[in-house]
Amino acid sequence: MTLVQQLPVLVAVVPLAAAPVALLLRNRHLAFLVVLAASGFAFGASVLLWQQVAGSGPVSYAIGSWPPPWGIEYRVDRLASFFLVLVSGMAALVLSWGRASLEAEIPAGQHYLFYTLFALCLTGLLGIAVSGDAFNIFVFLEISSLSTYVLIAMGRDRRALAASYNYLIMGTIGATFIVIGIGLLYLMTGTLNLADIAARMPAVEGSRPVLAALAFLTVGLSLKMALFPLHQWLPNAYTHAPSVVSSFLAATATKVSVYVLLRFYFEVFGESQVFDRLPLEQVMLCLALAGMFAASAVAIFQTDLKRLFAYSSVGQMGYIILGLSFDSVTGLTATIVHVFNHAITKGAIFMLLGGVALSMGGVTLPRVQGLARVMPLTAFGLVVCGLSLIGVPGTAGFVSKWYLVKAALEGGQWWLVFLVVGSSLLAVIYVWRVVEAAYFHAPRADLVAAVEAPLSMLVPAGLLVAGTVYFGLETTFTVGSAAEAASVLLGVPR
Amino acid sequence: MIGVGQLVLAALLVPTCGAGLIALCHRTPDLRDAVTVATAGLLLWIVAALLPGVLAGDRPALALITVLPGLDLALEVESFGMLFALLASGLWLVTSLYSIGYLRANHELRQTRFHACFALALAATTGLAFAGNLFTLFLFYELLTLVTYPLVTHHGGDEARRAGRTYLGLLMGTSIMLLLPAVVFIAAVAGTTDFRPGGILAGRVDGVALAGLLALCVFGIGKAALMPVHRWLPAAMVAPAPVSALLHAVAVVKAGVFSVVKVLVFTFGIEPLAAAGGSDWLVYVAGFTIMAASLVALNADNLKRRLAYSTVSQLSYVIMSAALLAPLSLIAAVLHIAAHALGKITLFFAAGAIYTASHKTEVSQLDGIGRRMPWTMGAFAVGALSMIGLPPAAGFVSKWYMLSGAMSGPSISGTQWVAVAVIVGSTLLNAGYFLPIIFRAFFRLPVAGDVPAHGEAPWPMVIALTTTATGTILLFFMPGVPLALARQMLGGG
Repeated sequence: MTLVQQLPVLVAVVPLAAAPVALLLRNRHLAFLVVLAASGFAFGASVLLWQQVAGSGPVSYAIGSWPPPWGIEYRVDRLASFFLVLVSGMAALVLSWGRASLEAEIPAGQHYLFYTLFALCLTGLLGIAVSGDAFNIFVFLEISSLSTYVLIAMGRDRRALAASYNYLIMGTIGATFIVIGIGLLYLMTGTLNLADIAARMPAVEGSRPVLAALAFLTVGLSLKMALFPLHQWLPNAYTHAPSVVSSFLAATATKVSVYVLLRFYFEVFGESQVFDRLPLEQVMLCLALAGMFAASAVAIFQTDLKRLFAYSSVGQMGYIILGLSFDSVTGLTATIVHVFNHAITKGAIFMLLGGVALSMGGVTLPRVQGLARVMPLTAFGLVVCGLSLIGVPGTAGFVSKWYLVKAALEGGQWWLVFLVVGSSLLAVIYVWRVVEAAYFHAPRADLVAAVEAPLSMLVPAGLLVAGTVYFGLETTFTVGSAAEAASVLLGVPR
Repeated sequence: MIGVGQLVLAALLVPTCGAGLIALCHRTPDLRDAVTVATAGLLLWIVAALLPGVLAGDRPALALITVLPGLDLALEVESFGMLFALLASGLWLVTSLYSIGYLRANHELRQTRFHACFALALAATTGLAFAGNLFTLFLFYELLTLVTYPLVTHHGGDEARRAGRTYLGLLMGTSIMLLLPAVVFIAAVAGTTDFRPGGILAGRVDGVALAGLLALCVFGIGKAALMPVHRWLPAAMVAPAPVSALLHAVAVVKAGVFSVVKVLVFTFGIEPLAAAGGSDWLVYVAGFTIMAASLVALNADNLKRRLAYSTVSQLSYVIMSAALLAPLSLIAAVLHIAAHALGKITLFFAAGAIYTASHKTEVSQLDGIGRRMPWTMGAFAVGALSMIGLPPAAGFVSKWYMLSGAMSGPSISGTQWVAVAVIVGSTLLNAGYFLPIIFRAFFRLPVAGDVPAHGEAPWPMVIALTTTATGTILLFFMPGVPLALARQMLGGG
């Protein structure tokens, strides 16, 4: 087998191997290089896989040459390759951005540990995307979760410990629910391979254990993706984690849970079970709307910017789930596109905030007053990302909103159209609180001398900010992949 | 030799790059101001170079990017957009001269940001004027809101911030809440958002749905300041006078009514709308706005506030005429965009000149000011005549067409009679709130113990306002080009 054929497994194994290497090196510079190289490799491999899948269809890989469904199968299709590119790309960007921020926020002696855990977390997230085996997905989910708990606890504030503990409890409950769901599926079908479960599903469709499995998986994954009202762990975790961790998590962690949900809903259980036998269409619709409005409204009243944008993330998750609840190709396209668009927008925001934290010593609204005076580039970047959150045309957020509104129109639900656009007005309010603080006030006397973040941070963050504009105008990659993946998920030929 | 397509693109890029250059020259104010004037001149030259072709029937088009399937970022210069771009770029040149005088005389801060944002606003306006489809128009519309926000809040105080909230909240709120769903809906049913003669909705949407969709568009375009979404315009008067002059008499508000007329003619189509009676309601809403805003203006003592409400009412003349859908009223709508732009910019220039020379802002303070500032108040009188619609000012021409349009057709319907009544009644109101100012300025004696004697404002400002006043009169005698462009719009594009 050539190296290219090994890519599906290498994309997860290389970061996995980088973790112990970083641990054993015990040197922060070497550890950084190793993990950065691993992330870069993963990104390269993901892009190659994406091209391969786009060109010649899904790639299947039998671990240890045990043929599926007996062995573990790694399977990369349009959806998986799209998520691979997103997660590995964000990892590489965040890592290359985060050195200066890390120096300031985590004691130097712990850096190699940070890189180790980061590599593990990345392994977990990428593994989830490539794996075609239910239990293997659970294992990767736990790898990423456990490493995330530790990463959050590395925040210099002691409240990070509480946030991490809180997430640990909630996350473990979620993981337990997920494993119960997978167990029930195994019980009913006798297999763990996703495609195989799907093939055997018609025989047991609608039976109580299968529906129970669906319910457990729904709740467990909703917890992991911080779907309102199961989001309580998220604001604290994002606020108190080190900036690097917040940036990475905001861009990837919850999004991968959406990926798992999509897989289980549309491939394993099938729409008829999810949306007809259980009223999940209505449930998801209500939770999405509640999240869009409640979380965005809460965001308006936050004074800590990391917390403000964390609540905004909960609200944006509402859009993602809303698209799913339409159960149409357009709706699912909106979901998948928004996962990507929101990931780059929020990733950029948290990276910019990391720069602000470094220069101004914190990101509370009173402290960032006059930001535009001392850090003009960062402030401008925040404005652009804010516009993307609002969904102004020419930004990535607009593309997502376009598809959401279109999906609502196709479903003949005019009232939903107005709720979607109405909730973006809440985004206008919370974004403009930040803009007014940054542009309409003089900097605090002790912060007048603050300077723009170092170039090593500005460039990767700037790349992402440019990305939010680029992907708002050139959507061949995002919408193309998403629409393709959505029609595959729904079994609709394009 | 540059192709016509590149020329269209250059009309967007020149002010954008100009803004960058202006920002780079922030250390040398003289150079920066020279760059501003040069950029404005270059833009006018480019736009003017497009005019002969368009008059001859060319429609230079340029597709930039396909954002989503069926959704292109595309430019196309047709006659109506040509007129608007010509108006905006021509008046920008005059305004840039005026702003330099105004900003320096009033020792304004952040002049670089001001000039740079102004250039960006013009880039957005040109893009909007040359938009080849509704999506492109929507994009530049939002962009225009965003780049003018720093201009409205230029002073940076609490009052400016509050006004900025109203400005942004109303303009962005309406466009996202109402216009965006309408655009998505139009794209979904028509499969395109292209502007085409005769519209793209014929046979696809009709009856009440058509009227509803029109309502989404018209109220979604908050810049047209139709009541009840007009509040941003008086709020925006906290901005420095040049901003009120160019943006809130020409670029921004005209972008609003331009978009309304454009959507009416090229997206909905005149014939389908007329057949469905889909725009009758709009005549009443616009008529109400004309009367109500005139009444508010009658009672406003602050000069800029009075002018702002006068603008609200004048904008609705355009909307009302367009909504009547008769060929003559559509010509009136187009002509009035030009006539009102010239007249109102003169009035705002004068208000700014009065403020600069004497720091007076209220109408009641203006006793005898015409003797100290004869040029300024002379220009003001010309502008006021144009607002009322008296010869020899441009407003007379558009009002003539407006009345002719309202009374055209085989039989005059009730809606048309309402329009006629509104035009006549509001003309009286216009006279009622403009003539007293002229009377005060020229025929009353200055109050004793008034502020120290002053003369005219700095010369660049006086030149600017006499230029636009002259333009107002010239347009009365030579309405040829706008008239030709307006006729072309009706003649199938």
